Amino acid sequence: MSEASPAKAYGLHLGVIALLFGLSFVLPDYYHGLLARIMVLAVFAMGYNMLFGYVGLLSLGHAMFFGAGLYGAGLAIIQLGWSVPAAFAAGLACGVVLSAIIGLLALRTTGVAFMIVTMMFAQVFYLLILYFAAWTGGDQGQVVPQPARVLTFGATVLDLTNPTVRYMSALALFSVALLITLAIVRSRYGRVLVAIRENEERTKMLGFDTFSNKLSAVVISGTICAASGAAYALLFGYVGSSFASVQYSILPLLWVLLGGAATTLGPLIGTLFMYYVIDITSGYTSAYLLIVGVALILLVLFFPKGILGTIRQRWLGWLP
Amino acid sequence: MHFGPHLLLATLEGLVTSAVLALTALGLSLVFGVMRVVNVAHGEFFMLGAVLAWAISTAVSGHPALGFLAALVIAPLIVGAIALVAERLVLRRLNYNPEATIVATIGMLYIIQQLALTFYGPEARPVEPPFSYRILLPWFGYSGYKLSIIAASALLLTATWLVLTRTRIGLIMRATQYDAETAQAFGIPVGRVYGGVFALGAMLAAIAAVLIVPISQAHYLMGQDPLLLSFIVVIIGGLGSLRGTVVAAVLIGLSDGIISMFFSPTLAKIIATLVVAMVLVFRPQGLFGTASR
Repeated sequence: MSEASPAKAYGLHLGVIALLFGLSFVLPDYYHGLLARIMVLAVFAMGYNMLFGYVGLLSLGHAMFFGAGLYGAGLAIIQLGWSVPAAFAAGLACGVVLSAIIGLLALRTTGVAFMIVTMMFAQVFYLLILYFAAWTGGDQGQVVPQPARVLTFGATVLDLTNPTVRYMSALALFSVALLITLAIVRSRYGRVLVAIRENEERTKMLGFDTFSNKLSAVVISGTICAASGAAYALLFGYVGSSFASVQYSILPLLWVLLGGAATTLGPLIGTLFMYYVIDITSGYTSAYLLIVGVALILLVLFFPKGILGTIRQRWLGWLP
Repeated sequence: MHFGPHLLLATLEGLVTSAVLALTALGLSLVFGVMRVVNVAHGEFFMLGAVLAWAISTAVSGHPALGFLAALVIAPLIVGAIALVAERLVLRRLNYNPEATIVATIGMLYIIQQLALTFYGPEARPVEPPFSYRILLPWFGYSGYKLSIIAASALLLTATWLVLTRTRIGLIMRATQYDAETAQAFGIPVGRVYGGVFALGAMLAAIAAVLIVPISQAHYLMGQDPLLLSFIVVIIGGLGSLRGTVVAAVLIGLSDGIISMFFSPTLAKIIATLVVAMVLVFRPQGLFGTASR
């Protein structure tokens, strides 16, 4: 695989961000709102891709990291009355702590056991939310009150419920996550992660501490997912246990597989594509889980590299 | 009621759970043991068994026992056929790659669940038990049907054990489990064994569901708890070990019954799941299994 020059790689990604910025002014209201949501969820998928695509660790429990950010930020506002930046930081902190603990435990296992262990920890997290329904709102969930969702910089007040502010905040988060991912992937550290994916024993033999590299990858991945969850709570104002259920652990896997694992832009494309497929088909049928199921099977059978993965293999070898 | 009878009731309820769980988990354990496939759709085969039992028993008129017996025979056969088709069309093409098959069986889970919702609907529907005899104990009356579930499960488990250890089919299955490549070299049709084992695993789940449906109703989401509990049982019992699976099923069923009678069921699930995750982390071969090769 040939390597892109920094200018080419960063140029492409900045171009995508500029395109998303431009779309804000031309999209009709409905798609404007939808795209804001997709960008936040694409960050979730990027966090997932960090671990699944680059380190090759298939987790079935990433909903707990999304949930940690969602509840960390949401409850900080609802129960403690914190401001928006403090709540976002609280969500991130929850993600860091949880992913470090889970990483330390789950990384003792490999392969199928890793998948099952992460799924079980996520299930415990989900059940804990239901068990402490008095604070979390249980499966009903809670609404983050509108007056609390404002950002104050001195005299300027930004209302996160305003569609334009919401879109731009989502875009800002997306851009930061995208550029961080790109920088990590192109760094020496990113190459070590790929080496672990390709052959862990050999990487160990070459003198790399694979455990601490994997652990830091879990924490980075979990924190990006938590950032997405915290942003979701703040921008869309709803905190509910369904976001921590197994389904939300499967969805990022689906988005990443569809867009192309181990590609920086794959998560965005996968999320965008899946959302629109569901949006279009929901006009004909309510059976969207059927589409998710069929998509998963078809992808894994015929299209294991996903959209961008296939494009990279056939035409654009330099794609990061 | 005093503590003693209360505990007895909890134990009986726990044993019924254990009986159904042992059958379901055995199916999962066989599939994992022989094929190295983690079947996430296993709970949906369980649900299909229950839903089909409702459909068959309502279609058969006359005494409820007739409908129930028809369901007990036909439902597992249909579920087994569906599993066989899924195995041929999907799992075999994936070459039984562990990670790809997990993703594919997640896909199957969603497809089966959604089809059940579309064609069966969101309601929970009861199936009449084949007989409604109550055994009167000094403190409370207990359903004779529930006790017969325990007996039926014990019978089926013994039969499976006999097939596995005493027959040629069992020998072929064990040979495939031990080393598929060598088995193939000795002329064992490994592909057909895999298909058969996957269907058998699904059928065991379906039988368990038909047995439980007269006391718990058929619902399209009912596969989730058995799936999680079966995972727990299979992990604690050690993968591919029949004895471990049964012991673990009794252990989990009893503790689940007793803990949820005295504490909150959610808390019981949290503790069980956490304990099992820790077992997987610190003792991956299970409590009864031996270290894998």
